[in-house]
Amino acid sequence: MIEGTISRITGPVVEAKGMFGSRMYDITKVGDIGLVGEIIKLRKDIAVIQVYEDTSGLKVGESVTSEELSLAVELGPGLLTSIYDGIQRPLPIISEKFGVFIPKGSSVGALDPEREWHFTPTVAVGDKVGPGDIIGTVRESGSIIHKIMVPNDRQGKISGIKAGDYNIDEAVGALSDGLPLFMRQAWPVRKPRPYKRKLDPEIPLVTGQRIFDTLFPIPKGGSAIIPGGFGTGKTVTEQTLAKWADADIIVYVGCGERGNEMTEVLTEFPELVDPKSGAPLMDRTVLIANTSNMPVAAREASVYTGITIAEYYRDMGYDVALMADSTSRWGEALREVSGRLEEMPGEEGYPAYLATRLANFYERAGRVVAVGADDRIGSVTVVGAVSPPGGDFSEPMTQNSLRISGAFWALDTNLAHRRHFPAVNWINSYSLYLDSIQEYYSNNVSGDYGRLRQETMEVLQREAELQEIVQLIGPDALPESERALLETARMLREDFLQQFAFHEVDAFCPLAKQLAMLNVIITFHQSSMEAIRRGVTLSQITELPLKARISRMKEIANDKAVDELKSLAGEITAALVEIEVL
Amino acid sequence: MKNSKGSLKANLEDVSLLSWDFRTIRDIAGPLLVVEGVEGVAYGEIVEIHLAGGETRTGQVLESAEGYAVVQVFEGSAGIDADKTSVRFLAEVAKIDVSTEMLGRVLNGRGMPIDGGPPVIPESRLDVAGAPINPCSRQQPADFIQTGISAIDGLNTLVRGQKLPIFSGSGLPANELCAQIIRQAKVKSGEEFAVVFAAMGITHREASFFRRDFEKSGTLEKVVFFLNLANDPTIERILTPRCALTVAEYLAFEQDMQVLVVLTDMTNYCEALREISTAREEVPGRRGYPGYMYTDLATIYERAGRVKGKQGSITQLMILTMPDDDITHPIPDLTGYITEGQIVLSRQLHRRGLFPPIDVLPCLSRLMNLGIGVGKTREDHRNVADQLYASYAQGRDLRRLVSIIGEEALGETDRKYLEFADRFEQNYLSQGSEDREIAKTMDVAWDLLAGLPVDELKRIKKEYLAAYLPKEETAAVAGSSSGPGE
Repeated sequence: MIEGTISRITGPVVEAKGMFGSRMYDITKVGDIGLVGEIIKLRKDIAVIQVYEDTSGLKVGESVTSEELSLAVELGPGLLTSIYDGIQRPLPIISEKFGVFIPKGSSVGALDPEREWHFTPTVAVGDKVGPGDIIGTVRESGSIIHKIMVPNDRQGKISGIKAGDYNIDEAVGALSDGLPLFMRQAWPVRKPRPYKRKLDPEIPLVTGQRIFDTLFPIPKGGSAIIPGGFGTGKTVTEQTLAKWADADIIVYVGCGERGNEMTEVLTEFPELVDPKSGAPLMDRTVLIANTSNMPVAAREASVYTGITIAEYYRDMGYDVALMADSTSRWGEALREVSGRLEEMPGEEGYPAYLATRLANFYERAGRVVAVGADDRIGSVTVVGAVSPPGGDFSEPMTQNSLRISGAFWALDTNLAHRRHFPAVNWINSYSLYLDSIQEYYSNNVSGDYGRLRQETMEVLQREAELQEIVQLIGPDALPESERALLETARMLREDFLQQFAFHEVDAFCPLAKQLAMLNVIITFHQSSMEAIRRGVTLSQITELPLKARISRMKEIANDKAVDELKSLAGEITAALVEIEVL
Repeated sequence: MKNSKGSLKANLEDVSLLSWDFRTIRDIAGPLLVVEGVEGVAYGEIVEIHLAGGETRTGQVLESAEGYAVVQVFEGSAGIDADKTSVRFLAEVAKIDVSTEMLGRVLNGRGMPIDGGPPVIPESRLDVAGAPINPCSRQQPADFIQTGISAIDGLNTLVRGQKLPIFSGSGLPANELCAQIIRQAKVKSGEEFAVVFAAMGITHREASFFRRDFEKSGTLEKVVFFLNLANDPTIERILTPRCALTVAEYLAFEQDMQVLVVLTDMTNYCEALREISTAREEVPGRRGYPGYMYTDLATIYERAGRVKGKQGSITQLMILTMPDDDITHPIPDLTGYITEGQIVLSRQLHRRGLFPPIDVLPCLSRLMNLGIGVGKTREDHRNVADQLYASYAQGRDLRRLVSIIGEEALGETDRKYLEFADRFEQNYLSQGSEDREIAKTMDVAWDLLAGLPVDELKRIKKEYLAAYLPKEETAAVAGSSSGPGE
């Protein structure tokens, strides 16, 4: 243990002298009340510490101690359904112990030491096990089996193991080296958990959101960013994904955002049912909440805490999705601490290492073969919200995130103003994973996917061009065929892309229904184009009562949708052929 | 300032045994002093600065190190010298005496009475910085506040425990709107609001406007007034909202009151923040505002809400002036990222004489869904709001088009949208000083929607169309225009 004294305090940054022997990123207890901090710079015997709690009231001369450990998370059963702050302190326990407000220096263990779990071994005495091998299972929540793995620095023969009820401090077995095996392990947050090898992500993460799944899909193990000005629906989108994405585990990091939003998740998720398992959504969710009014430095830690937990479940062979809302607040925390360290600023005051930090974070996403004898495959998908100042995407956080993420879902203030939600701009957004996912869709959902998507994008792109002309000369000056195209584009926007996150049916749209809906609109488009070529006028087409049915497609119950939409497409073709030329 | 001396002295006697005097000022720069030779100074500690002429000022430690401390002086450094001025460290962080007796009182920006009344007898003494509310202890806001203003009640509903700013421009009637909200705000259960009003750098005229308005409506007894006027010390503004919110938290969470906090004008607060940051020679962020402004504002705005196990609540209304009407300016921008929506005023609507001149398109209430619907307002509320938004946005787009190609070039439906947009502004948005019940707001909305073809009302469920769409008018409109209505 190293003991020093505080020599300088400026905001969340504290300098301590007499800290000779400390290592970078070691955890320290700062001051007489023991605030948690992390060493971020060393200069002779002076350690510069970023403190994860409010430093007001701290005095020069108070003590600083270091246990010579890095910031680590506790991993084991009990993580799911929990809500932690940025440095993995359980907020419900803090609330029970200390009341409504979070006091300084409260120290509480991450996992409940009292709670007993029923452990079922999957290996027997005498079996040889190595790092990452599963030795047993625990039912952690209604839907999730927690797999107990051998820590990464251990191997040998099992010398004892027994089924039974244990708490996390009791040994469930031992290895031939005589050391016990526990259900929990610790891992330093800044160090990515190892894996055997990385695979190409090719299985889509189905979100049930039409604009994402159909137009800009991401795979399990991919990464996406959602930049958008305030009020464009970043948080609603992140929460929608957390609700409906077909991942096994969701880690939701509320980083520097609103307190009421976390409350919303806490109130809503236990009530909502996971469409896949039938269990409450909360059963597969871990929440990390470091709201905007909580200490700034812990915001920086919160994304690492989140991704380490995500990697841990990945190693069990699960598909994990991590939602980080918002990465900009993390960037700002970096900037603030960097400023206090008087480092030379890069663009807009952000430190020059911003790009490196972001890249290191996003690269922890991926689909991997986990460490362990049975070659489990697991994945971590990262979806990061970005809050660009003034909604201007040219700022450093957006640009640096853009370079390393695989999908870009640009939120658009204008769409939000007219209540087009999700307000994803279909012209600016893109997904780099399209090729691999197209193959999967074609093989598993519908062979038409490639064609339908292509056609859709063409209509939307053409609309954007035509709109410029319309702005100048009015829609009446366009030829019938182009006005018909505008009609299709309007249908695509209103009847397909718009999706109401709180509608009982429309909140989640299965892939098959998405493509069936798209098929109806594209069929309408092609048939109406054909009819116009025959000499039919656009007003004859728009008078068709079928249009009203297209606009109510979203409300068709999901289980009946595919059949109904198929017959609708047939009716459309027939109806448009039947129109007589006047 | 002068009036506050009494209680400051009382204050002094309490702590004089623990405090230390230093006459070792090394540097003075802007509002900052560097004091040498100090020991064991706490970060955030409050100091008293005694000038040679007998004047006393207050300051706060911004940086504490071995041998020196940096102090920001709330009243500014004019007149302070390095030789005779002494600095006394009070060994405590900024605190304020709170009491229910503060209702009906006028205090300065640091919470000292300036209305000539007796000193406030404290019921408790609290740290003004507060502590973050545990997200687990928060109770989701759920009670609809009827403000009597259609653009807010109908489209951007305010909910008890919400923080909702008014983005204004210079010369726009944000104060009038805010006063009207305070006057008319009511909840179903009928509980009354206590108001904590924090004025930061506003003019005497603006302050007395509010005061007169409270007097007229007889609510003055339920208002705690914090006044830091335009000619009061700038740096003091850093403390004003924190003092106000500390009092609000006491009233709400200790005394079970429903508190409405009004902070005006946040732009002045941010200017003060920038002034200190510049004096400290910090690396500036956008437009010279410090990089930590988001965090700083969050520590103010996040002190709103409801918590489990307490009856009271804090609802925040803040006014801020967008410099040059620019919503992307860092002050409105960062505010919008923290608050639960925003009300935006429009110069164009104001010029046309509409009141309140609320430009609904960029407005938002994030908590709206929690406060509306069956049992709160009406089942069709959400659908109607969405439809009004979509239709009004379309009407506004068409206006732009009409200015180029003329109205004749528009089709039948488009012309109806144009007419809708005009009527929406005249009948729905504009209401003068009328206190409109929510039912009336909904009726006006359906009247407007009846002017559009039924096929266009895609955002509304069929059963609501059947139940609420005014029947005769549908027929009349469809008949008169012989359009493709049904």
